[in-house]
Amino acid sequence: MDKVLSVEALSKRYGKGCQHCFALTGPAFDTNICPECGSVVAAHEVSFDLHQGEILGIMGESGSGKSTAVKCLYFDQIPTGGRAVFNDQGESFSLFELNAAQQRRLASRCFGMVYQNPHLGLNFDISAGGNIAERLLMARVDNYADIRRRATSLLERTEVMSERMDELPRNFSGGMQQRVQIAKALAINPPLLLLDEVTTGLDLSVQAAILDLILEIQQQSRTSMIVVTHDLGVIRLLADRTLVMKHGRVVETGLTDQILEDPQHAYTQRLVASAL
Amino acid sequence: MSAGMQFGFLDEYAKREIRRASLKAVAIPGYQVPYSSREMPMGRGFGTGGLQLTLSLIGPGEMLKVIDQGSDDSVNAVNLRAFIEMTCPGIETTTSTVEAELIQSRHRIPERPLREDQFLVLQVPYPDPLVIVESSEEKRKMLHGEADYSRLLVKLYEDIVKFNEITISHRYPTRIADHYVIDPSPIPRWDVPKLDQSPALVLLGAGREKKIYAVPPYTKAEPIAFEDVPFRVEDFYDQKGQRRACARCGCRNSFLDEYVDSTTGELVYRCSDSDWCDEQLLIGDAPEAAHG
Repeated sequence: MDKVLSVEALSKRYGKGCQHCFALTGPAFDTNICPECGSVVAAHEVSFDLHQGEILGIMGESGSGKSTAVKCLYFDQIPTGGRAVFNDQGESFSLFELNAAQQRRLASRCFGMVYQNPHLGLNFDISAGGNIAERLLMARVDNYADIRRRATSLLERTEVMSERMDELPRNFSGGMQQRVQIAKALAINPPLLLLDEVTTGLDLSVQAAILDLILEIQQQSRTSMIVVTHDLGVIRLLADRTLVMKHGRVVETGLTDQILEDPQHAYTQRLVASAL
Repeated sequence: MSAGMQFGFLDEYAKREIRRASLKAVAIPGYQVPYSSREMPMGRGFGTGGLQLTLSLIGPGEMLKVIDQGSDDSVNAVNLRAFIEMTCPGIETTTSTVEAELIQSRHRIPERPLREDQFLVLQVPYPDPLVIVESSEEKRKMLHGEADYSRLLVKLYEDIVKFNEITISHRYPTRIADHYVIDPSPIPRWDVPKLDQSPALVLLGAGREKKIYAVPPYTKAEPIAFEDVPFRVEDFYDQKGQRRACARCGCRNSFLDEYVDSTTGELVYRCSDSDWCDEQLLIGDAPEAAHG
């Protein structure tokens, strides 16, 4: 299977930092705050590969660094260290070595991002269709009829009534806003889709519908995805492989079934036990 | 002019800086060149950007025309012309587009096509077309640099969705030389195509916002639009589908202003460009204008 993304030793630290930051933080110290300088080690030495059509789950409690890792990959955050190589159509991009303009161009052409908070992913001052149009226009689609057609089909695919495509997202329910976000992220058929806590805060029936939708998209278009969540149910349903994070470190990694059925790390064992 | 006052009111250093900014603007078509806009003896927003350009570029013996909304007689035009005459001894002024070498204008480009030996200075209130979609200047600069105008196009998309047409009546975003999109000052859509491949240099000055930008001669200027919803100018059709004519000169191919006749209460249409209207009256038969 082709490797879409390869991440090596990704680190992100907030604060001025000191020589003790990495040595005195982590699961062994039960903290990610450096006792010497107060810096927060949000992620340290995070490494993984993502293959074509694969869904990789990143699981952990709040503050474990799972969202930080994904935000670094989407260029929302600047990593402190590490390397990430993205491969698309025979081209390789060393993500953190690109300049800001190249990063923005790559993100708009190849990456889709769905945030937990729809306010981060959608422009609430323009219609749902306008949000999708923005993504298509960034990809230089400049035919109005084509844009309308594509937006209609994406909204139908994500089960948003196309009659409501000209309404502002603020008039939509939380679940519908998430579905519009997913439609927007899919507008350019990105080879990599990043999903950050997409079902958090939604009721169970809406959660189930969104998870079904993500699976359907993955099966139809073989899009590679990274799913960040603290919900074991989401991981069980979606992810082929899973990374478990705590205090900015990866504590366990493997096939999802293996991790859920036979967790090795004490933290993962507690996590799985608490969900049962 | 009182003794000791500089020609053109501004000191030589200021004029030189504005000329350098203008050269840079010509070298990078559509790019907004920052400059240190000087305090002028009139409020910012009254055409100080255009005025500083004119004062820096004009020399003795040159012929100047100043218009506001197409008219040589409106308050803004009269006052700016008087100020330039007072501070630039030796220059001449005219109301004729044909005679003018330098034309300073607010809200209109003359109907008569400009020549290579003329140049047009436009007064600009808001130089950045992206300001309506992005409030941060830092982000706007990035978007300009990367020629990412998708958010402006989304505004057009939303217009078509709501009103079935693009409703921007003036300040229509225009892409210059296939890169930078400019705010062409509050000229009506009618005037935008005149920027494309214009033989005359067009300089745009925003005094309050401290920016100068240019459309150099024979440069592509393309209003942004969708492939299947093209840009179009005002059509001035009446209810019967007939093109309205100027009530004064009868011209059917100029930009018209709408008045209410104070005696009959009816709507009357007249050429916005007063010099063009006078010319048509003399000729008696309107020749082809820019959109003829």
